[in-house]
Amino acid sequence: MSVLVFAESPGGKIKKAVLETVTYAAKTAAALGTDCIALTIGNTTDAGQLGKYGASKVYNVAGVSHFDSQMFTSIIAEAVQKTGADVVILTHSSSGKSLTGRLAARLNAGCVSGVNSLPDVSGGFKVKKNVFSGKAIAQYEINSPVKVLSVMGNSIPPEESGAAVEVEAMDTAIPASSITVKEVKTVDGVVPLPEAELVVSAGRGMKGPENWGIIEELANVLGATTASSRPVADMGWRPHHEHVGQTGVAIRPNLYIAIGISGAIQHLAGVNSSKVIVVINKDPEAPFFKAADYGVQGDLFDVVPRLIESFKKYKAANN
Amino acid sequence: MVSQLVFCLKILYICSDFSQNNKCLNMNLLVCVSKTPETTAKISFNDNDTAFNSDGVQYIMNPYDEWYALVRAVELKEKLGAGKVTIINVGPAANDTVIRKGLAIGADEAVRINMDPISALNTGFQIAEYAKANNFDVIFTGKETIDYNGAEVGAMIAEFMDLPYISFGTKLELNGNTATISRDIEGGEEVLDIATPFVVSAAKGMAEQRIPNMRGIMMAKRKPLNVVEPAAFTDNVKVVNYTLPAAKSSVKLVDPENMDELVRLLHEEAKII
Ligand SMILES: Cc1cc2nc3c(=O)[nH]c(=O)nc-3n(C[C@H](O)[C@H](O)[C@H](O)COP(=O)(O)OP(=O)(O)OC[C@H]3O[C@@H](n4cnc5c(N)ncnc54)[C@H](O)[C@@H]3O)c2cc1C
Ligand SMILES: Nc1ncnc2c1ncn2[C@@H]1O[C@H](COP(=O)(O)O)[C@@H](O)[C@H]1O
Repeated sequence: MSVLVFAESPGGKIKKAVLETVTYAAKTAAALGTDCIALTIGNTTDAGQLGKYGASKVYNVAGVSHFDSQMFTSIIAEAVQKTGADVVILTHSSSGKSLTGRLAARLNAGCVSGVNSLPDVSGGFKVKKNVFSGKAIAQYEINSPVKVLSVMGNSIPPEESGAAVEVEAMDTAIPASSITVKEVKTVDGVVPLPEAELVVSAGRGMKGPENWGIIEELANVLGATTASSRPVADMGWRPHHEHVGQTGVAIRPNLYIAIGISGAIQHLAGVNSSKVIVVINKDPEAPFFKAADYGVQGDLFDVVPRLIESFKKYKAANN
Repeated sequence: MVSQLVFCLKILYICSDFSQNNKCLNMNLLVCVSKTPETTAKISFNDNDTAFNSDGVQYIMNPYDEWYALVRAVELKEKLGAGKVTIINVGPAANDTVIRKGLAIGADEAVRINMDPISALNTGFQIAEYAKANNFDVIFTGKETIDYNGAEVGAMIAEFMDLPYISFGTKLELNGNTATISRDIEGGEEVLDIATPFVVSAAKGMAEQRIPNMRGIMMAKRKPLNVVEPAAFTDNVKVVNYTLPAAKSSVKLVDPENMDELVRLLHEEAKII
């Protein structure tokens, strides 16, 4: 018995979301009275730090240069066997999402993807996740001997509970990959939306793409990531990976500032799990106010520049 | 006679040439389509909060399946001038309306595995069982369903069939037996080559939504919809209960002239900056 956590490291780096996953795995292991073992695949910088987040052992499988769900599934399945793991935990990220289901099929395991709180092991094994795009929470019971979970970002804060450990090499068979990666384009410097803690988002109220300067400036001052409503992406005002909502990215940041967005139900579905929502809209009847913690009724072209100045003042006073 | 022979040889020649480049007349595409409550549907539960209450709920085809996966498959077939698009759904007879819409958009035939989908693993298993016997070149799914947001079924089908799986494809071009796919990754995009057969999940960007026209709707009525009984499978996951999220307390309005106050509230009250 043990809990195996796959700590993904695209580009060799372990991100905060993965530290959350390892924390989740360590707490799950503690609840089950067993050990948490971490697995990294490919060149990984500073994998030993996972010990701090509760992994009692950290294994690395070297010699893998790119992501391929088929290849990674084989490697993880072999690690499951070697470590005798009965709970396997991944991150609900883009690569995690292509592994969770695969691994479940490989291990004939019950799986729940995108869990948002620790399992209840007081009688069976139960986990919760948001369903219907955040409009409800479902509790699942998993009955299989092996269980596979993926953890939704921002569900649990990373917590240091131990010390760094030596990384041990794990010898596993590495199957050939059928994928040839031709190009990887990443935007450096900005936190990707699914991981962002602060998000500044704008909608059709902006009137046109030429007005986005104030949105970018506000995001810059805050160190936030920008997002948009769907029509804005559809009209090509903003890149489509910024579109949040039921058919876009679902996010759960600490702060979501919605500017010139009406708050249609499909938009809310992707953002209603945010901890704090601020709405800036000139229409007092805008449905978004009902979902907001703080509201500003006014013209965004006046309000946003003022907000930027206030944040700057705050920054200057608090640095 | 001679001219006929020459003609035949020509066809043979074109086809053999094509088979390297474009698999002459043979791209066999499968699109997995699911059904979800319409996006504005009111969500409620019954049986002591253990079951979804479908009273008065309108259903639609899952947008990722319809707008991106299905439309791209139909476009590829149109581009090749040949091939077949089959849609498959695991669900009860009530799903036939959604399936007919898929046929109206341009799929050639449909298969329904006759059962209530219980777990993703079961659904993936059923689709894989059907697909194993039918030699598909590309199997499309949507990125995820907008009700249970699993993003699991495509990966499961791939594993049950021992095929490669490419998630969140935003562009897909076929060149003979090789596809070039762009996919969303955290904070960026990856472009890769992959040989058929494979499973791909479709995200925004892969195609543009199509509204079925009258002709499509008429033709859909005559296209085959085959009902297949499920294979035996033991489920190992189930929902035990549903809860609604805690209601938001009402909004606190801040004077638009006083943004210092908003910043103060975010710092002192909400404690998020
Ligand atoms: C199946 C389906 C799926 C969908 N999925 C999504 C999704 O994932 N994400 C999404 O966002 N939408 C989605 N939609 C679309 C959604 O229904 C709305 O149409 C959309 O969210 C509206 O975008 P908006 O708020 O930017 O624009 P609008 O609804 O036009 O709102 C603009 C707002 O700006 C305000 N405004 C205008 N000028 C100013 C000003 N000067 N100062 C302050 N405020 C101003 C207005 O009062 C208004 O409230 C979906 C729709 C369907 C049918
Ligand atoms: N019952 C079903 N029948 C057919 N395809 C399905 C079904 N459920 C899910 N899928 C496919 O799998 C994708 C991912 O679903 P999910 O893993 O449930 O998020 C969907 O977009 C569909 O393409």
